[in-house]
Amino acid sequence: MADALGNGYVQLGLKMSVLLILLPATLVLGWVELKIGAHMQARLGPMYPGGFHGWAQTLADGIKFVLKENIIPRNADRSVFALVPYVTMLGAALIFVVIPAGRNLVIEDLEVGVFYVLAASSVGVIGILMAGWSSANKYSLMGALRAAAQLIAYELPLVLAAAAVAMMAGSLSLVDIVEAQKSIEIAGFYIPFLPFQIVGFIIFLTAATAELTRPPFDMPVAEAELITGAFTEYTGIRFAFSLFAAEYISMIGLAAFGATLFLGGYAPPHSALEFIPGIVWLLLKTLTILFLLIWVRWTYPRLREDQLQKFAWKFLIPLSLVNIFATGALKLTPWI
Amino acid sequence: MKGILGLMPDGYFGSYLTLAVYALAMIGLVAGTLGLNRLVSPKVPKREKLTTYECGVEPVGTGQSQTTIRYYMFALLFVIFDVEAVFLFPWAVVFEEIGMFAFIEMMIFIAILALGLLYAWRKKVLDWL
Repeated sequence: MADALGNGYVQLGLKMSVLLILLPATLVLGWVELKIGAHMQARLGPMYPGGFHGWAQTLADGIKFVLKENIIPRNADRSVFALVPYVTMLGAALIFVVIPAGRNLVIEDLEVGVFYVLAASSVGVIGILMAGWSSANKYSLMGALRAAAQLIAYELPLVLAAAAVAMMAGSLSLVDIVEAQKSIEIAGFYIPFLPFQIVGFIIFLTAATAELTRPPFDMPVAEAELITGAFTEYTGIRFAFSLFAAEYISMIGLAAFGATLFLGGYAPPHSALEFIPGIVWLLLKTLTILFLLIWVRWTYPRLREDQLQKFAWKFLIPLSLVNIFATGALKLTPWI
Repeated sequence: MKGILGLMPDGYFGSYLTLAVYALAMIGLVAGTLGLNRLVSPKVPKREKLTTYECGVEPVGTGQSQTTIRYYMFALLFVIFDVEAVFLFPWAVVFEEIGMFAFIEMMIFIAILALGLLYAWRKKVLDWL
């Protein structure tokens, strides 16, 4: 057994098994979102598929997407149109490479981890732009342009909030960041960066919601105005991959990233709880952030495009610059 | 770890090789599902089905038309600030070792950029055109 684990092929295979979890996780998260949203609006949500509270609803949806006909409009740019699901899925899945689930339990602990996640999380927008232009549809083009506008507005607050965490930890590697949070210990309790970076955390959540084009920042896919924005012409499994799977996978990825940066990742809250594996703690913290994202989605109405830009440039970016200043000052005060 | 045909050296680039394998595996997963879809889905192309969607009426003009990008000034600002952010990361990692000197240096850098943002604000660039 130990010999097998030392083998490079076996290790690589085990690392790739993360990919097999992603699609089922998408289905589960989709169902959870349907149920939470329904109950927040005093509805029941899906009740029939599978018997118990409609647990098989998203599974049935997924199977149906696979069985559907794939339509490419006559005027569309066929090759670019067909390439989109690959780009969006890749952008979503790449985040997981550096998320640590334990001291050594990580696909690859890149030295530039934080930077890498921020870069990978914006790859998906290229896919949205490709979809918008290649569809040769006016709604798609508008949706893609809105998605690009959203990226240029909210990439910066996200990057600056993450930079403040990198300052706290003095490293860009996500494992180092978690270990730095474990080193702040009061009476056995590990204190994560959250109390020091509460402003950064709120900026991060807001910017992540915008990056994921989830409500209240869902102008690129605003159903009432733009059908489904860039993915109006997409059908069947291409639609499911480009829109649903990519959104849910990057949602899980960014939530895990946020949990690692601000909530201590795989570190338990108390040193006495060290015997529970780190992956459980990471999962709990990720689920907490996912619940926050779902909660916000079903609570606030959609913003207007100019309000979105105004909020980013006149509030979030100055605030995150101040946050960087405050973090630097905090690190240099001798009593910390 | 020797690994795939001796292609997996230890160290810096080795970790990026894992990344490449991961990306290829992801592309394979998507390609596999799309291939399965090709096998099981019906293929009934109709003239109407292949037209561009435009609320059910015949599409007017072309979809790939010229459009005013109203936020091009924001895009210019974004490029400037994004470069700033790239500078910020290496500094964020080492600033504690260098101490007060690095902190003041970077604060001057950020202050200049903040001044630029303020200038753009007063010039009403940050208002939607």
